[in-house]
Amino acid sequence: MNPRATPTTTASGIERDRGVIRARPAGFLRDLISVAGRALQAIPREPEALIPALIIPLFFFAVNVGALADIGQFVGVSDFEAFQLPVAIVFAVTGISRASALVTDIQSGYFDRLLVSPVNRYSLLLGLMVADLVLVMALCLPVLLLGFVLGIGFATGPLGVLAFLLLSGLWGLAFTGFPYAIALRTGNPGAVNSSFLLFFPFAFLTTTFLPREALTGWLAAIADYNPVTYLLAGLRALISSGWVPSDLLPAIGAVVGVGVVSFALAFSALRARVSRA
Amino acid sequence: MAVSSSAIRAEGLVRRFGDMVAVDGVDLSVAPGQIYGFLGPNGAGKTTTVRMLVTLLSPSAGRASVAGHDVVAAPGGVRLRIGVALQEAALDLKQTGAEFLRLQGRLYGLKRGEVGQRLKDLGELIDLGDALGRRVGGYSGGMRRRLDLAAALMHNPDVLFLDEPTTGLDPVSRARVWEEVRRLNAELGVTIFLTTQYLEEADRLADRVGIIDKGRIVAEGTPAKLKRSIGQDLIVVSTRGKLNGAVERLRALEAVERVEAHDGELTIATPDGPRVVGRVAIALEKAGLDVERLTLRTPTLDDVFLEVTGNRLGNTDDTDEKESQ
Repeated sequence: MNPRATPTTTASGIERDRGVIRARPAGFLRDLISVAGRALQAIPREPEALIPALIIPLFFFAVNVGALADIGQFVGVSDFEAFQLPVAIVFAVTGISRASALVTDIQSGYFDRLLVSPVNRYSLLLGLMVADLVLVMALCLPVLLLGFVLGIGFATGPLGVLAFLLLSGLWGLAFTGFPYAIALRTGNPGAVNSSFLLFFPFAFLTTTFLPREALTGWLAAIADYNPVTYLLAGLRALISSGWVPSDLLPAIGAVVGVGVVSFALAFSALRARVSRA
Repeated sequence: MAVSSSAIRAEGLVRRFGDMVAVDGVDLSVAPGQIYGFLGPNGAGKTTTVRMLVTLLSPSAGRASVAGHDVVAAPGGVRLRIGVALQEAALDLKQTGAEFLRLQGRLYGLKRGEVGQRLKDLGELIDLGDALGRRVGGYSGGMRRRLDLAAALMHNPDVLFLDEPTTGLDPVSRARVWEEVRRLNAELGVTIFLTTQYLEEADRLADRVGIIDKGRIVAEGTPAKLKRSIGQDLIVVSTRGKLNGAVERLRALEAVERVEAHDGELTIATPDGPRVVGRVAIALEKAGLDVERLTLRTPTLDDVFLEVTGNRLGNTDDTDEKESQ
């Protein structure tokens, strides 16, 4: 049976049909939801990628608190668990992305399949980023839960918890631009895995273990330029000090600054990848 | 928008990668509803041509239109009207077949009900049945190809591009894909542009065949016409040692149209093989040739390829194997 009803011939000589299902642009929002939906669907099917992301922050939280709590008190940190909770959150969300899956798509030809469809090109990346935002916020939850179990309270109340989650999630999102830029530029899984190295200077050349006042020499100088220093200060303020604009605004600025740089790199790489040159 | 009476038209299509010219002035015209076989060895420029026609690559020179839309000026129009199954079945192994097809439908703007309808239509057409509910990672090569084909058809395209759709498949799966391609063309009237390195595939499926070598189309026509251009019958002689002037002796025989010698193999084209074969055997005997094998057969597309390029396509064993089944 030919499901094409009442064919007509167009100027192109192609038979067109009335009442038959035909392709049409889905629109940016629907494309975004489709791409994000596929990415979110894949996450629980890749436990090998999810489990380390869940364990690493909890592991570092336990080790840091166990090893450094006394030293913390020595340099004036009264509640070292509360001091370390934002660190664990930063460890949980930094560098989490679907960049490896994107490389797999590029190598398998799936990305080309998407490119021969009428899908909006920007949604191919933004859809993955939306999925990343959902994932990193979900990854924050077990760490937060552990904090609550250990008796850590928020000086800013429930709204502060939400702000804490949002700021952490947006930091995770801002950082995704780097691995995506590498994935789109190289299409190489090794290069994407190496992008994890970026995590180390951001995560360790800062106030991870001790407050800014206790850092000395070159580490103190670098920490001043590390956006994570300001992010941690903002997150710590939400737990311990309250709504302190002088801590929160630089934290937001750090997230926006890193986001602008990494997104510029990622979208430039996307444009290069989808260009037909 | 380019207006054209062809489903696919290319004029002087060129693609360069640095100094290398992958496609060197390809002209094509494929009529609506036709199956066009694009035949050539690996590296001939088949895939690069397809990638230009499906808007993945810009031509370095020349122009092309597909389904009435220019591939450079109106790529969006082309994308809405084509279905593409690229060389490797590009699937998400962690999705189920149905999830994969639903996503394809959504990307082509199909509404939920339309996606359901197409899943039903295509489920029957490609015969994946219950497998659609299983993860693609567990599919066989043939099932993956059929799912790939279904994805390319999800939005009822006018023109379907199949880039080496049966490469790597076993003979049974290959025959099944051929059956699907024929059915799609016959029942749905889809124009099909099929690249292949398999002679039998082009011969059996295509209404017209273009042979590409080193980026240029070196012969084009219906398979029957191309084969007729070689002669009605071929006598193929495999020899050991020197030819000892055998070519000249054979050319002097009555009813011999052409004699070619390539790599110890003589090919004699004649309108009447059964009558001429005896004379050929005598001439070879007189020339003192050490004949290993003498065969009388009708021409194949490989003979056409040999005639126009001076080389065999390189997969005759594979073809012979299938032909004997």
